[in-house]
Order: sequence, then C-alpha cells, then structure tokens
Amino acid sequence: MSIRGVAHIAGIFEHPTRHAKDKSVAQLHGEVAAGALADAGLTLDDVDGYFCAGDAPGLGPLSMIEYMGLRNVRHMNATDVGGSSYVLHIGHAAQAIALGKCSVALITLAGRPRAEGMATGTRPRNYGADLPDAPFESMYRPTVVNMYAMAAHRHMHEFGTTSEQLAWIKVAASHHAQHNPHAMLQKVVTVEDVVNSPMVSDPLHRFDCCVISDGGGAFVVVSREIAASLARDTVKVLGHGEAPKHLNAGAVDLTFTGARWSGPIAFEEAGVTPGDIDYASIYDSFTITVLETIEDLDFCAVGEGGKFVSDGNLISGVGTLPFNTDGGGLCSNHPINRGGLTKVLEAVRQLRDDAHPAVQVKNCQIALAHGTGGSIGTRMGSSTVILGRADA
Amino acid sequence: MSQERILPAPPVNVEHEEFWAAANDGVLMVPRCKDTGKFFWYPRKLSPFTLSQNVELVPASGKGVIYTYSVMRRADPPYAIAYVTLDEGITMMTNIVDCDFDKISIGQAVSVVFRETEGGQKVPVFKPAG
Repeated sequence: MSIRGVAHIAGIFEHPTRHAKDKSVAQLHGEVAAGALADAGLTLDDVDGYFCAGDAPGLGPLSMIEYMGLRNVRHMNATDVGGSSYVLHIGHAAQAIALGKCSVALITLAGRPRAEGMATGTRPRNYGADLPDAPFESMYRPTVVNMYAMAAHRHMHEFGTTSEQLAWIKVAASHHAQHNPHAMLQKVVTVEDVVNSPMVSDPLHRFDCCVISDGGGAFVVVSREIAASLARDTVKVLGHGEAPKHLNAGAVDLTFTGARWSGPIAFEEAGVTPGDIDYASIYDSFTITVLETIEDLDFCAVGEGGKFVSDGNLISGVGTLPFNTDGGGLCSNHPINRGGLTKVLEAVRQLRDDAHPAVQVKNCQIALAHGTGGSIGTRMGSSTVILGRADA
Repeated sequence: MSQERILPAPPVNVEHEEFWAAANDGVLMVPRCKDTGKFFWYPRKLSPFTLSQNVELVPASGKGVIYTYSVMRRADPPYAIAYVTLDEGITMMTNIVDCDFDKISIGQAVSVVFRETEGGQKVPVFKPAG
C-alpha cells in the first residue's frame, strides 16, 4: 500500500509579512488559511481535516479550529517535530485521505519571533527539568547556532569541507532572493561576503545562518477526486518519508542527518531517483544543513557535498540542482523558526510554473521538498516529500 | 586564557541524584547497561539498549578526546561547547575550559574537571590534558 497519487496539493499561500508587529499569532494562522483556501478554490466548510504543529497557540487544533470557524473537521493532527512538521504533515494527510478519514486537509504555520524580539539562534532556551536530556546539556549553553556549528566542524574535519564551499549555498540562495520582493535579504552576495561576515559560532558566520522572521504559510492537501473537480492546477503527492535521528546513546555522528533515512523511503514510494528531481527545496536553517542533506538525499556521495554545491551548482539556470528559488530561509524567511512549510510552497510554485520567471525551472516535472526539525547537533526530525505535476 | 562566567545550574530531577552527588565529590560517573555491558550517554535509569532497569553508574576514567566543538563568539564572554568522546567510548556534550579557545582542535586529548554552577551543584567540563 502506498500514498502515491492519492492526494494533491491544491492551494498554497505564503504570508507576505516578515515583521508582524500588528498581528497576533492566531490571526496570522487565519490569514494564511484563508489565502490557501482561496488559491485552491475551496471554502471553509470544505475543510474536513486540520493539521498544525507547535507554533499553533493553545491546544493546537482545538484552539485554531475554533478561532478559524472550521465546522466540519473530522480528522485532526498536531504532530510536532519542529520545522520538519509540515513536510511530514503532507504524508500524514495523504494517509488520512487514502483511508477516507478526510478529503480536504488544511495545514497552517505562523508566528512572530521577530516582533517578540526572540534571539532565536544565539540564546540558550529553557525547556524545563522534565526534558530528559536537559540535565546533561542545558548548563553547557547549547544554542541553535553552536549545535549546527559543531556538525559543520566535524564535517570539515572528516571530509575537508571548507567555509568557502558552505558559502556557495548562501550565494545561490541570494541569487534567487534578488527576484523575491518579499525576501528579507535581496542583495546578491559573494563567497567573500559570506566568509568575511562576522563569526557567530565557529565555523558558522552570520551569512551561514538563516534569517529570523515573522509570518507563515498554509497549504491544502486534497483527495484526487477533489483535485479533479477544481479549476486550479494541482500538484500530485508522489512519495513521503520521515525519520528521527538522535545521539544514539552516546554513539554520536554529526556528519549526517535523518534525511539519510527519510529520503530513500520517499524516493521508493515515488518510484523516482535523485537524478529525476528537477527542483529541490532543502531546509536551510544554516548552510551546513543544506550540505549534509544534499549528501544524505544522495544527490552526491557522502563527503562530496562541498564540491557539489560549489561554483553555482544550486543556482537556477546555472547548476544541476536548482534549490530554494524563493531565497529560502537563508534570504527570504523562516517563519517562527520553522522552515518546512515554506519549502513545500516553493516546490509547488515550481511545479505550477508559478515561480519567478528568472528562477523558474524549465519543464519542471518532479520536485522534492525536505524539512529538518530540532537540531542536527542533537536530535532531529527529517521529512522528505516528492511531488509531481498533476499528470506525473 | 579564556574568561569564564558561572554556568547555569543543571535542572536536577529525581532520576539522577546519584550522578549529581558523585559530581559534587569530583567524580564523573557513566551509566552502563548490565544486560549488554555497554556504556551509554546521557544517564538514565532505563537502558537505551534493552529498556530494562538493569543499569548501573560506574566511575569514568575522566579522559577523552574532542569529537567536535564550537566557540560561541557572540556570547560575552565567549565559551566553547563541545562533544567529548570518553575513553569508555561514549560521547557527551560539555564545555572546554582553561585554554586558549583558538587552540582547541578536534582529536585533542582532554580530561575532566568540575565547575560549580549557580546554586552550587558541580558539573563536569573538560580541559586540555597534560
């Protein structure tokens, strides 16, 4: 049994804001939901499935279903695996649709860390005494940046990866972001700009890090029957994989991510190989996140990621693997520190020929979106989805 | 030589009283699964290999090598976070202290020392060996 072809993404919406001073979190969720439903040509009452994660306030689905006035929900899901949640939700929504549990699933993400002054990457977070790992980690002041930095250092040590190679990932993102009027950072940067930007936590410079932004996004996953009834071009869900990765009882290896396991599951279900992927949205909390994920998804051999991303190989129209053509988290946005949902949105745009003409991949038939949640320096969730045009 | 700020206290809970009492005596204890004979990290009262309660804490050698590290330059003062692989074969998160942060390297030999945290609980950190 497989989810291949049972579900389509029928509508998407990305909130244009990057600094939501005057909007609440619930309001942002509601606005992106309305946008995605309108894009699909569906109404509030068509929604019978609702998915959200830890960014939704209160009791997640219970709070948001009431706020948004959803009246017909018969399937709800609040799986929270950090920024990878929304990629995972596609797979879980397709499963629910395959079993007849719902036929129109709405997935929302929204938040306002920037308006709230959150030092997302550089300040340790307090998760409380019940967190089982906290007594053995929290006093050492792990932050988002220094955890990813430790993965980068080890990757450099084992494979000779360089800061200049990592910088190419940011350079490619910036080439795409210049065409996105909503992107926070629209200036094209060079390798020199990246390696000369201030060191945050060695070996990661400021330009190796994603932006902190408010906003959000939503998409609607529907059954193939609903998809066929809509005027909108839809995108077919071909395959999905998910995997946790952790510190493995002290057998630590930070040179790879859970994508090594989620990827093959998704490729097998979709019946495609990495060579068939025309466009990839790769979670880019940091440059090292992209580099390790590209290796893990078998776009290149393990340890070869640095060479693979160099010389513009990720730039649309230039290289072999156009990635994050909206500018991604490195340049456009990273709503509520969770970049998985926006990865899906740009993959859908590419498959609908709705990306900016300057970055649109010609004849884009098969796309991949990958989410990473938690931290590649400790414990993470990885989720991979493979999407195709409606006739794929 | 690096400057230091007093560390925040670890959130101690009932599961780990023995580990923290030993730390206050200057001893790093490491957990071992008695079903498999294997060490593991972080400490817990259930074996992550068998989920049995047949686990024990034993004194560690206190020696190891740096698996990876990062110096948080944005903090004031900067600090060095690291994973250290102990001679027992397990890798633990820690801080590297008492050294020039620019001279830390992966593979470097380190040994355990203890630092008092806010409120007095001591925690294991590592410094260059020798």
